[in-house]
Amino acid sequence: MSALRAAASVFGKELRTEFRTRELLNTTVVFVLMVLILFSFTMDPTAEESRRFTPGLLWLAILFAGALMLFPSFTREQANDTIDALRMAPAPAFAVLLGKVLANFAFLTVAEWLLLPVFSVLYDVSVLRVLGELLLVFALGTFGLALTGTAFSAVAAHARMREMLLPLMLLPLLTPLLIGSVEATAGLLARAPNLDWTWVKILTGFDIVFLAASYLVADALVEE
Amino acid sequence: MSATPASLSTAHLAPAGSSRAIGAEFQDIGKRYGSLWALRRILLRIAPGEFTLLRGPNGSGKSTLLRIAATLVRPSAGTVSYPGADGAGEQAIKGRIGLVAHGTMLYDDLTAEENLRFFGGLFGLQDLPSRAEAALASVGLAERRDSLVRTFSRGMRQRLSLARAMLHGPGLLLLDEPTTGLDQEAREWLDRTLESLHGAGCTILMSTHAGEDAPAATRTVWLEGGTVVRDSAATRSDEGISR
Repeated sequence: MSALRAAASVFGKELRTEFRTRELLNTTVVFVLMVLILFSFTMDPTAEESRRFTPGLLWLAILFAGALMLFPSFTREQANDTIDALRMAPAPAFAVLLGKVLANFAFLTVAEWLLLPVFSVLYDVSVLRVLGELLLVFALGTFGLALTGTAFSAVAAHARMREMLLPLMLLPLLTPLLIGSVEATAGLLARAPNLDWTWVKILTGFDIVFLAASYLVADALVEE
Repeated sequence: MSATPASLSTAHLAPAGSSRAIGAEFQDIGKRYGSLWALRRILLRIAPGEFTLLRGPNGSGKSTLLRIAATLVRPSAGTVSYPGADGAGEQAIKGRIGLVAHGTMLYDDLTAEENLRFFGGLFGLQDLPSRAEAALASVGLAERRDSLVRTFSRGMRQRLSLARAMLHGPGLLLLDEPTTGLDQEAREWLDRTLESLHGAGCTILMSTHAGEDAPAATRTVWLEGGTVVRDSAATRSDEGISR
């Protein structure tokens, strides 16, 4: 059977479930919003200070929210043993993983699009003039986060202390992605905006490497 | 509340003829969890088209054996083959097995129809809307097609679970204590349904609590401590020899 069709089925199921419950999107948006608001009130930064440190703040908030959002990706499949039904389907395990990755990427992207205007207003940072480039950086960084987070959610689902395990495994691994995303975003939010393509290439490389790795180990990730 | 139908209509859900039926052959199977052997030296051949009951106390290894047959668990020792599968690969074999387990394997936040269409999509089935509709009608849930599964009773979930397991017309149906939590009416429905499926050529391997029965079963295998302690097929064969 077509792996793409299976991935599309999983993607559609994830979207439909999230549309009904809105658990993941609400959690992520509220979490990032709280971090941005609290930090803004605490530090009350000037526009110049905002340009310097808010790219890091923004990406850290997205990273932690992502870890929070991605954790249930596979663990909630254990509620009614639906994970067994996924394993028993004659579809490649990578198709199941890919469907979930794309759905998580979509959820995180929607959350970011909702939060970007708030971020811009709170920190007095203009994003409109670099919106295209910013969305490219966000897309690359978010895809890497969704990919690794979903894959590690499958690993953590089998483990004890799984709530602790996912961030412990995920965050060190995402360091290159975090550095690349922060540096590229910082360049775009500078007084004279400039997109350093080196960081874009690093983010693209990260995504390709982890996509290939996920393809190779998907069976082991999904099986019991 | 949706009424329990007389029995499942096999016209839509049963395998397309007995040629699709596959068996399961366990060759010296062992399964170890840490230091505990859940199964030891299981030698068992379930022929295509056979309806076999697995009986035994809690912890006797029934569920583990079914999960091995369902390709969900890899045995620590021995091999499983599927007579009638004609050397098909693992993915193709998966497409010919259906499982009704303790968990419903259904998504609570999807409707009955969405669940069937999702699993049908994973199995690469064509003509999904009409297949799902026919499957729901067969288990008496057509009127509740748009209801979320979380609103279903245990019996309705079990019927939908059976529809899900049979949607792709498997040749081997595995059931792990499927009567748990069902009332008498639902149990009778399940008995009639299994009889109907067996009559259509489907191989059935079902575990039950001690004391429960399945009238249509043609063979009973007793497990204890992870080993086969009695097999009605072997008993019949011995009696035949002694006569």
